[in-house]
Amino acid sequence: MRARSRPGRFDVWGTDPREATVISCPDCEAAVPLPEDVRLNEVLECGECRIELEVVSVEPVLVALAPEIEEDWGE
Amino acid sequence: MSLVILASRVRTEEKRIITALERRRVRYDRVDTRRLWSPAAGGSMPWRAVLNREIGYFRAVYAGRLLEARGVPVVNTATATEICGDKWRTTVALLEAGVPTPRTALALTPDAALDALDGIGYPAVIKPLVGSWGRLVTPVPDPATARAVLEHVAALPSPQSHVVYVQELVEQPAGDLRVIVVGDDVVGAVVRRGYGWHANVSRGASTEYCTPGLDVTKIALAAAAATGADIAGVDLVEDVDGRLLVLEVNHGVEFAGFQAAQSGRVDVADRIVEHLLARAEQWCG
Repeated sequence: MRARSRPGRFDVWGTDPREATVISCPDCEAAVPLPEDVRLNEVLECGECRIELEVVSVEPVLVALAPEIEEDWGE
Repeated sequence: MSLVILASRVRTEEKRIITALERRRVRYDRVDTRRLWSPAAGGSMPWRAVLNREIGYFRAVYAGRLLEARGVPVVNTATATEICGDKWRTTVALLEAGVPTPRTALALTPDAALDALDGIGYPAVIKPLVGSWGRLVTPVPDPATARAVLEHVAALPSPQSHVVYVQELVEQPAGDLRVIVVGDDVVGAVVRRGYGWHANVSRGASTEYCTPGLDVTKIALAAAAATGADIAGVDLVEDVDGRLLVLEVNHGVEFAGFQAAQSGRVDVADRIVEHLLARAEQWCG
């Protein structure tokens, strides 16, 4: 099982974090576009390494590796 | 008092629900289930009603139980969530309500499952009691395959995994039907076509709009009512005789693929919000 990234393991692009449009994937460092209406705990996927990221803060936008899918998850 | 959206993982669906709440200028809070706790005895909670969108089954059930114990109305109720998330309890609820469903048996050990499969006949399907997105759902065309699969089941660590749910395999070459029910209404339907035999959108199945006929509407509403779910994703298949059978009733319905196939005919998130508001009004005045 992959360990979650530490809360501080992130990168924000742009001078004003509130205006950031992309973030850097904490796993492969590829640019991950941010949706305009990004939400807390929203799950994003890195287009490069396909890893899931969880938005852990919106002002500024911070992401961490999303938790692994658990056995009882689903609809 | 505000409405609450309870969710740990904000998927497309939760985002759409939040957007629908904001569009309607409804006061709401989004609560992360991972931070939720409550003493067994205590005062009331300042929430009008809660929409339970927790992705984890056990967390969703206990969140519902915890909140209902504190007097907060929850959609879907904890009992409905418990029934829908457990395939055996769903089957029993459907049969009790006279809703047609494939022939099913429950075996209390993997060894007993072989006998149960002889009773059901082949081809059949072995499914975990709890789980989603088609995980560990295995078609077994013959006894030799069943024996091999059940050996693996017996090696799983969780005691619950050793209780085996077996069902006749209903071939669905043209795909299955996903019908969404909100309150007393069918919101719409789609045909889902998967790669291989899984029809789960999460596994890449495509969705295509279809108009639900009267028979589909009736059976979907009956299935949702049988489980007590206010908001449900009902999965249906048609057997070789053209009879509709209910496979599953999903309590935390995912609707991104469903919505895409609707081409603006219906806004599922808004219908959910509308229903939540009506429920809150009914409960709290």
